Amino acid sequence: MIIYEYLSELFGSPVLASVIQSLFPLIFLIPFALFAVWLERKVSAFMQDRIGPNRVGKHGWLQTVADILKLIQKEDITAANADKPLFNIAPVLVFAGSYLAFAAIPFSSAYIGSSIDLGLLFIVAASGFVVAGILMGGWASNNKYSLLGAVRSAAQVVSYEIPTVLVILSVVMLTGSLSLYELSEMQTSSIHNWILFGGNAPLLQKILLIPFMFIGFIILYISSLAEVNRTPFDIPEAESELVAGFHTEYSGMKFAMFFLAEYANMFAVSAIVSAIFLGGYQSPFGYLGNTLGLTWLVPIEQFLWFSAKGLFFVFVQMWLRWTLPRLRVDQLMALCWKYLIPIAFVNLLIIGLIVLIKI
Amino acid sequence: MSDYSNLKTEEMVLNMGPQHPSTHGVLRLEIKLDGELIVEVKPHVGYLHRCFEKHCEAMTYPQIVPYVDRMDYLASMSNELGYAIAVERLMGIQVPERVEYIRVIMAELQRIASHMVALGTYGLDIGAFTPFLYLFADRERILSIFEETCGARLLYNYIWVGGLSHDLHPDFIRKAKEFVTYFRPKITELNNLLSYNKIFIERTANVGILPIETAINYGMTGPNLRASGLKWDLRRDDPYSIYDKFEFDIPVGKGWVGTLGDCWDRYFVRVLEMEQSLNILDQALAQIPDGDVTSAIPKRIKPAERQIYTRVENPRGELGYFIVSKGGLQPHRVKVRPPSFISLGLMNELCKGHLVADVIAILGSIDIVLGEVDR
Amino acid sequence: MREYFSNIWSGLFTVLVGMKITFKHLFEPSVTIQYPDEKPKLPERARNRLYVNMDDCIGCDQCSRACPVSCIEIETVKALPTDDLGKTSQGKKKALWVTKFNIDFAKCCYCQLCVFPCPTECIYMTETYEFSEYQRDSLNYSFVTLTPSEIEEKKDNFAKFEAEKAAQKAAAAAPKPAQKTDE
Repeated sequence: MIIYEYLSELFGSPVLASVIQSLFPLIFLIPFALFAVWLERKVSAFMQDRIGPNRVGKHGWLQTVADILKLIQKEDITAANADKPLFNIAPVLVFAGSYLAFAAIPFSSAYIGSSIDLGLLFIVAASGFVVAGILMGGWASNNKYSLLGAVRSAAQVVSYEIPTVLVILSVVMLTGSLSLYELSEMQTSSIHNWILFGGNAPLLQKILLIPFMFIGFIILYISSLAEVNRTPFDIPEAESELVAGFHTEYSGMKFAMFFLAEYANMFAVSAIVSAIFLGGYQSPFGYLGNTLGLTWLVPIEQFLWFSAKGLFFVFVQMWLRWTLPRLRVDQLMALCWKYLIPIAFVNLLIIGLIVLIKI
Repeated sequence: MSDYSNLKTEEMVLNMGPQHPSTHGVLRLEIKLDGELIVEVKPHVGYLHRCFEKHCEAMTYPQIVPYVDRMDYLASMSNELGYAIAVERLMGIQVPERVEYIRVIMAELQRIASHMVALGTYGLDIGAFTPFLYLFADRERILSIFEETCGARLLYNYIWVGGLSHDLHPDFIRKAKEFVTYFRPKITELNNLLSYNKIFIERTANVGILPIETAINYGMTGPNLRASGLKWDLRRDDPYSIYDKFEFDIPVGKGWVGTLGDCWDRYFVRVLEMEQSLNILDQALAQIPDGDVTSAIPKRIKPAERQIYTRVENPRGELGYFIVSKGGLQPHRVKVRPPSFISLGLMNELCKGHLVADVIAILGSIDIVLGEVDR
Repeated sequence: MREYFSNIWSGLFTVLVGMKITFKHLFEPSVTIQYPDEKPKLPERARNRLYVNMDDCIGCDQCSRACPVSCIEIETVKALPTDDLGKTSQGKKKALWVTKFNIDFAKCCYCQLCVFPCPTECIYMTETYEFSEYQRDSLNYSFVTLTPSEIEEKKDNFAKFEAEKAAQKAAAAAPKPAQKTDE
């Protein structure tokens, strides 16, 4: 917010300011993706009593940079019978979809790409955008495994948006706002103001809300896992069945785009979960900047808190991935339609009632 | 109301393999799909065919042992044991007590090692990567014990006709005992991490159900047969070596979490078998006598004109050797009854009507080794 | 209904149990051996590349016959009665010049069957296991100590010796039938 105003003053043009501002998440995202890939490998290695990458750089932290360099140099293969235009657009579209979500993510009180009132809805819509890319890639590859992966992915993402939206709806009933900025501002000052613990509601209502908020939180986290195709819901790219699913035929930089999009998505959904339930960029303990009287420090602290929260959920995603087997496609649907949606729906009703009674 | 009956649908043929992450070797499955439902599965074998049986006709009896190793390369000791017993019966050789004990110990360690690979890769097929590496790290301990005694980690050439190539390494008994105590809690860990995991159970229970009649009709043996509920174990029902001296249970499938004879039963029977193998190891390691291991090895292996069929309980089932001798230094004919090959024949029966993901689950649960299927 | 809730419960509970186990392993030391940097100590019976101590080899061909993949090629030439080949370390007399002793490690299956029949224990497994090559031919090791010219010489010597012997024999045997035909 402040940054946007500063930029428009600096350049004298809000359009130019928006364009420049839109690149900011990229500055965050690329180092994050590099770091997250490295973290994923290290976490998996340590969980499996291995060492993981340790040759490039200290503890292998440059490994992903080396990998990206390798991927850039690699031959860009397009399968002979692939639908070339679609095949080339697909990775861009997938990345664009996940990048789009970053537009509405509140990194700190000083920076939100676009502080739209329908931020939450926008993110849900944007993440649906990814499916188009995945379907395109799977179809254009002209490979049976890719096609199966793509079709599975479409079914999966579409189904799992329903519990996501139901949980978001129950939060919105409590807060009365779809704007992520407002949501974050609402959960200020300390842990008990987090929506996970009932937000700003009166004490009795809060106590009643907490268990249902927890249920909502778990449902949201599970469906967010499904939306980013992570284990146990990684059936679109289930390597033991579909080789690599929708990106089987991709190589080189296009493959890297899918990869980048996956990690961007991982952070995006983690960020949303933390923004909705865990106070977003708000610190649970108050700010060092306020106590020292350095107000410029506060947004930076907020950014760090936000990254830390996002990173924690990314870590949990990795943790789950290296612990759990994979569900089957029909079980995935069953989990969504038989468990998550009814529970989310009942949860929505109960939260609605509690909010309505206004004890 | 729209009428979909005119909609043209067609079956899709999906070629799974020979290069595929989870066909457990070089196997090609030709799968006919209706959507994601399986209409037919046709396994195409032979990519690893190495003419084992024909080769044997040009080899002297001791030279066949290294070739036998390479059939079921995850259970070389068990293969050697079967072959050694077959030729010994052909020639009427009595081997010393100590040799028998060592053979049983080796075969049971090998059974555990082989089941570790089976269970680990099964977890991998279902999507759990971590148990696979835990089990491989533990398997490494067994392989190191083997390496210390016979010098090789995978293809041992250790159990010879009439004896063994080396006596046990002085550290062997201590290390094997250490392994037994080390490994028992690891089975519990495996169970908690993988076997009892709800997702794993969902994926494997009620999938690929093998009724006992079908299993018998197809000639299934080993853990796959026992998972269907029949208590049939050659170690007890047709005792060879000195298995009749040990007390152990034969775990059979009970349909613990689903239907009798489903993938989870086949998986869990193997887990239980590892425990029983540990029991046998406990007893064998405590009772092992002293003696010479090479005394009964004949100078020239030249059986009389006879033929013989011997079978042993391999980790994958009944491994049979049919050897025809015409009195020469080389066998006239060696025929192997490979348990994996016979299990693979069931793929179509088991997979019909399941989903693509289940093909992997079923293929993993019958635990084939392509080296043995193709020989 | 009860099943529904027990499903949810067991689903969540077993996932958490699994997560606990993997979390515990997060802090366990790794089992990796970083191979080129640290090498595990091989057990004394380890079976790796073969070595032939030619000083002890008597050229008996037993290893070659025991080999199941025929990777050992041996050629010998009989020594002349006047040649002195020396003795093996165990005091056996050598009677053959070994003119060819090749082991093709591309074929070798490291089964150790060649080691046991050797009467002089001159062929044995060593600890060397890092000997990969870019050309398959370079895996064909020759253990012969004689130089090619020496080999030629021995062969020639023997051929001459044989020829002499044959000539002697012919000389001894030829006259008789010749006489007979004459008569």
